[in-house]
Amino acid sequence: MGAIILSAVWGVVMMYSGILFKNKATPKYIATAGVMLLLVTNWLEYAGLPIFNVDTKGMLEFNSFGLVFNTVIFICTLFYFLLSGPDMEDVGDHVAEYFALIFFVLCGIAIVSSFKTLLMLFLGIEILSIPLYILAGSDKRNLKSNEASLKYFLMGAFSTGLMLMGIAFLYGATGTFYTEAMNLGFGKLNSMMSIGIVLLMISMAFKVSAAPFHFWTPDVYDGSPTVFTSFMATIVKAAAFIGFIRLFENAFGKMHEQWQLLMAVIAAATLVIGNLTAVFQQSVKRMLAYSSIAQAGFMVLSIFALNSVAKEGLVLYAAAYSIATIGIFAVLIKMKDYSFEGFNGLAKHQPLLALLNTIFLLSLAGIPLTAGFFAKYYMLLAAIKNGHMFWLVIVAVLCAAVSVYYYFRVIQAMYFKEGNDPGLKVSETFKTMLVLAAVIIILLGIHPDWLLTWLYN
Amino acid sequence: MFAAFDNFPALLIWLPLVTGIICFFLKTEAAAKKWSLLSSVLTLGVVGASLYFSGEKYSLLNQVSYIWLKGINSSFALILDGMSKMLCLLTALAFPVIFTATWKHQYKRANVFYGLMLLSQCGLLGVFMAADALVFYFFWELALIPVYFLASQWGGERRIQATFKFFIYTFIGSLLMLVGILYLYLNASGESFSLASFYNSRANPADQKWLFWLFFIAFAIKMPIFPFHTWQPDAYEQSPTAVTMVLSGVMVKMGVYAVIRWLLPLFPEAVHKFDNIVIGLSVVGMIYASCIAMVQDDLKRLVAYSSIAHIGLMCAAIFANNQSGMQGVMIQMFNHGINIIGLWIIVELIERKLGTRKISELGGIANFAPALSILLVIVALANLALPLTNAFIGEFLMFNGLYQFNVWYAVVAGLSIILAAVYTLNMVKNVFYGSGNSLTAGIRDISLNEKIILSVIVVLIFAAGVFPKPFLDLTQDTTNMILNRIIDK
Repeated sequence: MGAIILSAVWGVVMMYSGILFKNKATPKYIATAGVMLLLVTNWLEYAGLPIFNVDTKGMLEFNSFGLVFNTVIFICTLFYFLLSGPDMEDVGDHVAEYFALIFFVLCGIAIVSSFKTLLMLFLGIEILSIPLYILAGSDKRNLKSNEASLKYFLMGAFSTGLMLMGIAFLYGATGTFYTEAMNLGFGKLNSMMSIGIVLLMISMAFKVSAAPFHFWTPDVYDGSPTVFTSFMATIVKAAAFIGFIRLFENAFGKMHEQWQLLMAVIAAATLVIGNLTAVFQQSVKRMLAYSSIAQAGFMVLSIFALNSVAKEGLVLYAAAYSIATIGIFAVLIKMKDYSFEGFNGLAKHQPLLALLNTIFLLSLAGIPLTAGFFAKYYMLLAAIKNGHMFWLVIVAVLCAAVSVYYYFRVIQAMYFKEGNDPGLKVSETFKTMLVLAAVIIILLGIHPDWLLTWLYN
Repeated sequence: MFAAFDNFPALLIWLPLVTGIICFFLKTEAAAKKWSLLSSVLTLGVVGASLYFSGEKYSLLNQVSYIWLKGINSSFALILDGMSKMLCLLTALAFPVIFTATWKHQYKRANVFYGLMLLSQCGLLGVFMAADALVFYFFWELALIPVYFLASQWGGERRIQATFKFFIYTFIGSLLMLVGILYLYLNASGESFSLASFYNSRANPADQKWLFWLFFIAFAIKMPIFPFHTWQPDAYEQSPTAVTMVLSGVMVKMGVYAVIRWLLPLFPEAVHKFDNIVIGLSVVGMIYASCIAMVQDDLKRLVAYSSIAHIGLMCAAIFANNQSGMQGVMIQMFNHGINIIGLWIIVELIERKLGTRKISELGGIANFAPALSILLVIVALANLALPLTNAFIGEFLMFNGLYQFNVWYAVVAGLSIILAAVYTLNMVKNVFYGSGNSLTAGIRDISLNEKIILSVIVVLIFAAGVFPKPFLDLTQDTTNMILNRIIDK
């Protein structure tokens, strides 16, 4: 509860800070303080000392799973602010507003990670999405940014409609919004319920950019200012997944077997399309957009499998994927040239950045000793444990092998090719934070239990 | 958690790992060279000590197991039994030899080069000692990463494509193996990754059929077995010679080792079912590789193809499933490593002195560099498995095993001995004898440290050739254990 209230309040604080402080750099510090405060509040709640005690009539539930997930999200946001916060100042004049919008997104995330009724899910998803439409178009004078914003908004509105319709169908069939009171799965499913479930599946698949509802992703990610792409592709995507798995576990878990095939098809399609298309990209930014689709395919495996390993794995995956991608984006933002050739010879001119970038890329590719390996490992384990549809696992590992191709293209460019000095200006804080992110990736790659034990309090 | 140094396996992981990381921070090339040589000699010392302290009495010194991931029941378990010790000895011997042999080679950013070499040694030792499937997978991949960077950074002209092909191939293989490991884990007694519980819970024959292939493809790519070998000649040719030595001398043994340690005991029924296919592929690969080796003009490619032929024989002998074949493979794993590193050293010397590896441009070196020529002929004859050299015992036992399995395989595979004689002796003739040309006339004979290092190899060749008993004794338990599992299926 603390995180929901505080992030909403802090969003308002951020808006006023834009009026009070004329200095462009000030909002960044206030925002960083805000995320730290969020972390503390969230942790206090985890430790059993909630600051706010609001009776939500059972509409929200704060269990250790959701709170640990929030912690992961807030830590990622902290990294994001410290690494890319200064770059927001280059996007436009109203820096404080960008931060305010991000805090509203965080509020939505905190609701999505704790909802118990479909109404709250809907509210959370909307609170999370609307600021993103604005952020996508924040580079006002750039046509591509405008296009991204409009595209995202139209498609988002469409999926919202589908979600509402799905919720309405389910309400009609069961007479309740509470996920656990729906009692789906006892007896035969009637057509109203099935339609509701499929509609919700489609709208959630849209939010996590799973195929075949992923078409907006490359254009939106490519068109938006890179700072905000980084945020959308990582933290927001992970949050949508937590909503996805909560919904399908709590509300539709008992009839797992009836929708499992559909989810398997979505997972396979996402993996194949994301990975194969990423291979052909010429720009690193666009490659990362497709890579985010490909990684979403792996995360869909957890909803397909829906067992305890899958839930653990999803938290780990969210952390591993978000931190690594934020790191890569942070370096990418500093580059002027987003093509693969732009990275040529980076190792010579910026050895530290190249090394850290390599660690992040290895993690995304799922090489052992990085968090990405265990993330993929848990997903595969969950899918195999599920018992049937073994073909999906084979598809997943083959796609993981394909992903090596495009991630290693960046590594090859950095290390094995000659290029001019891109003349990056990076501060000491930036380097320190990037090193810290890489250290977390490696620590989680050696011993993922350091994160996962917190799930079982 | 992992930090205990009262046993050999942990020491063998930590020593190269820590020294390798320190090596990255060394400033000068000379310091990096000395440091890595020191580290590799220390590692050799530890392996030597573990060979001395073996037997029941010291069993605690030779194994280690820490709880690693409680949730999924995996422990960081390493064990040094006979077969592991032999391969660790090969690894530990190979690195100081490689470092000394390439001592004069100048590397750009030498500290990184040597650091990565030590890290790859760490990965290799881990593979040979792992007694837990997840740990095994971990090291299996870790051995690959430094080698990938080494080859792509310091290799030849087409290095990026060649090593990337190598990387993708092995990565696909290992991912398939990972799926197999996870499946076995979920079916193992008490959901554990330990080797013992994998051994105890035998998959049913229907599952074995496809699990076998998941594992076999991973190992076949690494060895490599025809038709999964296409990465190998390019990778060997394009890598810097020091890395080629690691690849061919030690790394391919990962595949052979893994077949013996993991594949055979886990899927005995499937092994019986598919033995003809695998032996057939191996034999075809032997003949095929030998034929291609005959027409190679590049020394490196010639040695690479001859290596495919030798590994093919090992794989065939493993799947013959009998005492003789298995013992032959055990010693041959060690001996092949020694011989091929010897060959690479000579290739490296010729290339460094003359700047070319093309057989057609060489000739008559024996007139100008007699010591080099004598040593080369000995190593080349060992590669041919001439009696008195180390490879003879191994190949004899392997052919014997193959003969017991099926005469015709032995007959066809035997052709490769003749072909090997053709290409090896041809190479010796064209490179070392004849009249020579203006290029080779300028060659200087090898220096003292090169003589010493090649003499070490020659001594090993003869010692193991005349008295192979220690190796046979060392691996006796492992051989028996594995054969028992297969026979009493």
